[in-house]
Amino acid sequence: MSELRIHLEFSGGAELLVGKTKHHDIALPHQPHPWSLRQLIAWIRDNLLKERAELFVTGESVRPGILVLVNSTDWELLGQLDYTLQPNDHVIFISTLHGG
Amino acid sequence: MPVECTLCHQRPAVLKRPKTSQAACKECFFQAVETEVHQTIVTHGLFTRGDVVAIGASGGKDSTVLAYLMKTLNERHDYGLDLFLLSIDEGITGYRDDSLETVRRNERQYGIPLKILSYQDLYGWTMDRIVATIGRRNNCTFCGVFRRQALDRGAAMLGVDKIVTGHNADDIAETVLMNILRGDVARLRRCTAITTSSEGAIPRSKPFKYTYEKEIVMYAYFKKLDYFSTECVYSPNAYRGHARTYLKDLERIRPSTIIDIIHSGDSLAVKGDVKMPVQGTCSRCGYISSQILCKACVLLEGLNRGLPRVGIGKATGGNMSAIVKKYGLREEEEEEKGEDGRRHHGGGEGEGMERRKGEMGGCGSCTCDSKKRTCRDPSTLLDVTRPDRPEF
Ligand SMILES: [Zn+2]
Ligand SMILES: [Zn+2]
Repeated sequence: MSELRIHLEFSGGAELLVGKTKHHDIALPHQPHPWSLRQLIAWIRDNLLKERAELFVTGESVRPGILVLVNSTDWELLGQLDYTLQPNDHVIFISTLHGG
Repeated sequence: MPVECTLCHQRPAVLKRPKTSQAACKECFFQAVETEVHQTIVTHGLFTRGDVVAIGASGGKDSTVLAYLMKTLNERHDYGLDLFLLSIDEGITGYRDDSLETVRRNERQYGIPLKILSYQDLYGWTMDRIVATIGRRNNCTFCGVFRRQALDRGAAMLGVDKIVTGHNADDIAETVLMNILRGDVARLRRCTAITTSSEGAIPRSKPFKYTYEKEIVMYAYFKKLDYFSTECVYSPNAYRGHARTYLKDLERIRPSTIIDIIHSGDSLAVKGDVKMPVQGTCSRCGYISSQILCKACVLLEGLNRGLPRVGIGKATGGNMSAIVKKYGLREEEEEEKGEDGRRHHGGGEGEGMERRKGEMGGCGSCTCDSKKRTCRDPSTLLDVTRPDRPEF
């Protein structure tokens, strides 16, 4: 009955939406059901995004154009929103929507 | 449960390729991207042995991956190209520091020589000095117009044979969409060209024409390439931002959409009897221009003569109208995202529709009576009778 500790990384410009900090170690509160990526995105929206949430979240998913990898694997191979988070997962959000 | 790579059936897959929906491992993914870009270069004959090639480099993801791949493929396939990175410094204190620092690191990391040209070198004015002269109000117009020509002018100064830019498949599909939405048949017809070269100008090509943005970013991620990202420039409200958002929404539903849109642009034919705008070149600098002087030369003329309002916005000021008359000026629009792969505001972005109104008395592109320059009924312009052409 403990919290779920995972590591978040924001890059490609997505870090600019979360206080310009790339790395975030977070602890998700205990809940009866396992945490899904869908719930994580909602948690990020409510807890990390200070403003301009629409630049990161669209509906219950990330805005199209933001790539998501879990432990260096494309979330499109992992069930996307339905993926069940595991302890110490490393979740990366890379924006392709930023210039450069 | 790791998914197995559908290409080698040995290693675990790390990503789903948007173009093919294949699950690919890291090695097979690198191989696939490199082979496809090589095929694009060979099939379209982008280079000739001995060419001096300038890679438009901003330090951003597209140009960084392009520099890495050009270097890799030039060595692997012995293209015999003399490569260098060409970066533009607008001369805005503090603005380019991070991106130029990234490009300098790329120079060392990839062993490709770097040439940085400033607006001062190219135009005789830095943006800081322009702002000091004209104030902040219209500085984006200057910066946007100057940026659009900077690579061409720089390449010409350096005597290169070819220019390559990091424009990717998403960028090109987005431009196709924008030109459809704007009803700009002339640009629609040429915006998918892999190489553009007007008379006398240095050919400019896009080796990433068929490479998805997702794959470029994933390639940079897995190769740990060092790039720089700016503040989000796809403001969801800007015109280009809307097109991009729409495109990304489509891609999520059906990833092949991006290539399909490019293919539509490629195979589009315009009826032979449709009058297209004549493309000329600037009499002073030789850059493509539908007027006697290109917009950059007009702005420079204004700056150098102390009439900085020239060329900005509507013909209102007294000095302005004289020059408008003299050179037959007309607002020019931005054709695609910045030369260096960044998105910039100013210089006409998002204003295309409004600006066109009232330019000419009647549709200039077909035989209809529309009062707008280009009528909004593409079916009167496009040859839809040919079976292999996309229908609108
Ligand atoms: Zn493989
Ligand atoms: Zn000119």
